[in-house]
Amino acid sequence: MRRTPAELVGAQPAAAYTIEFDGRELPALPGRSIAAVLWAQDILAWRTTRVGGRPRGAFCGIGVCFDCLATVNGRPNQRTCLLPARPGDVVTTQEGHGRADLAV
Amino acid sequence: MPTSQSERPESPESPESPESSEALGPVGRAGGEVYDLAVVGAGPAGLAAAVTAAELGLRCALVDAGPRPGGQYYRHPAPGLGAARPERLHHGWAAFARLSGRLKAHTGARRLDYLTDHHIWTMERGEIWQLHATLGSEWTGAAGRAVVRARSVLLATGAYERQLPFPGWTLPGVVTAGGAQAMLKSGLVLPGRRIVVAGSGPLLLAAASSLVSAGAEVPAVVEATDYLHYARSLATLAANPAKLVEGARHGVTLLRHGVRLRRGSAVVEAHGTDRVTAVTVARLDRDWRPVPGTARRIACDALAVGHGLVPQIELATELGARIRRTPDGTVALAVDDGLRTSLPGLWAAGETCGVGGADLAVAEGESAARVIAGRPVPAALRAFRQRRRAFAELMAAAHRPGPGWPQWLRADTEVCRCEEVPAARIREAVTELGAADARTVKLLTRAGMGWCQGRMCGPAVACLSGGGPARADSRPLARPVPLAQLADLEPS
Repeated sequence: MRRTPAELVGAQPAAAYTIEFDGRELPALPGRSIAAVLWAQDILAWRTTRVGGRPRGAFCGIGVCFDCLATVNGRPNQRTCLLPARPGDVVTTQEGHGRADLAV
Repeated sequence: MPTSQSERPESPESPESPESSEALGPVGRAGGEVYDLAVVGAGPAGLAAAVTAAELGLRCALVDAGPRPGGQYYRHPAPGLGAARPERLHHGWAAFARLSGRLKAHTGARRLDYLTDHHIWTMERGEIWQLHATLGSEWTGAAGRAVVRARSVLLATGAYERQLPFPGWTLPGVVTAGGAQAMLKSGLVLPGRRIVVAGSGPLLLAAASSLVSAGAEVPAVVEATDYLHYARSLATLAANPAKLVEGARHGVTLLRHGVRLRRGSAVVEAHGTDRVTAVTVARLDRDWRPVPGTARRIACDALAVGHGLVPQIELATELGARIRRTPDGTVALAVDDGLRTSLPGLWAAGETCGVGGADLAVAEGESAARVIAGRPVPAALRAFRQRRRAFAELMAAAHRPGPGWPQWLRADTEVCRCEEVPAARIREAVTELGAADARTVKLLTRAGMGWCQGRMCGPAVACLSGGGPARADSRPLARPVPLAQLADLEPS
């Protein structure tokens, strides 16, 4: 049995809360970014590209590449690698520029 | 002064935690105070500079984009994750613990203002510099801005990773080596269970070592250079035994976990439809051209890849600060012995002066603070800095990408991830439309025009357009800024 990152650093996290991702409830450990919450559930993609409709998720992990954009609480283009997950956050896969309502 | 305002509720991080900014003193909004020194970036260089400056009696603001000190190198779990032994994911944690202890003492005694979640997007120079910040990681309104004023500024904004595209590099599960490190160090998460580490540079060994220690299987570390370059300067190696020990430590960890280091090789393709399922590794010739007949496939569910680091210096280059080319083909700020840039009142330390690692960054931060305070720099500190700079130059030369890497591109390989521009369109701009530099290619193809502003594709586009990487990338806004905040500025 391989160890986990949490075991390596002796993590004793505070109680998990839930966030919603595309209608699914996911457990979120306090302090994790939204991207980290998704990775912890083996979810690697939460955006589709504007031109090719291809799946994307976190790439640089430090807020530089903007690949990890998602719609969070109705607001598109949020860098999920920077944004801490908060109780009750509603995250949805962002399609294209995330502004379909503007019909541009 | 406006205060931070967000539509999202406050951070859930417990304020009583010693690591939170709350405990480190008030997250001031800088008010109307004119500081003696504003340090931009709270990584190794910036932390060392700020605490040294405070100890020498300067009124100092330490301004950082993140919520916790340490920068990328000393990224560590949020307090809510309750990590009892964060040092297990770090090299040199004791040095960071000492620096953050000093930071805490000085902020507690109000000798230093530590401003977290401040993203500086431009600087105005003058007798009194003005640093414009947008607050919070994402989408604050017009009220979420601040101006930090100071008589001198130290730029310690670090670096980000250099990427070279290859077929399949946009698949989910392909992440940067530094990104895998960052997500692991801060979030205690992995992108997969079986992770190939590839590219070039010392970060690969560090990343692979962290990943296996945290439970991932690493079937291979694929390094494009052969490491023989290091042997060309034995005197520089001998003068930096600590760097050799650091490398050996990673090597031992990898050996213990049975990780194979493939030198002189590259991942030339990632396979999969909706996520990576395998990579193809091929041997490279000395110019980084894949050698025919050497390809082999390795199954994996993630790939961590990177080709060294790029200094993040646009805040200074937008003002015309002089630059220098580094041996690995990137651009860094040119500084003198006292770490002064060519702009009066602006200093730089750490990776902004050329990538050289955390201990060099600490030495430079401390040296710069002493110079700014008008104090002498101890001879031993100067000598240490020279030794480490020599090692950094050697390292940069050893990991410089060879000119043959574009041979692993296919016509449909996306080079610009944001604007989804394939290699064929960039080649067409060069060969059919006569573009001879990255800027013209950008205007013709949109490569580098997207969200990341060319930070991911810039080095590759510069290489493919043949114009050479000599120029600093131009980014008038160093960070995305809400229009409402621009509208809110007073006309100058």
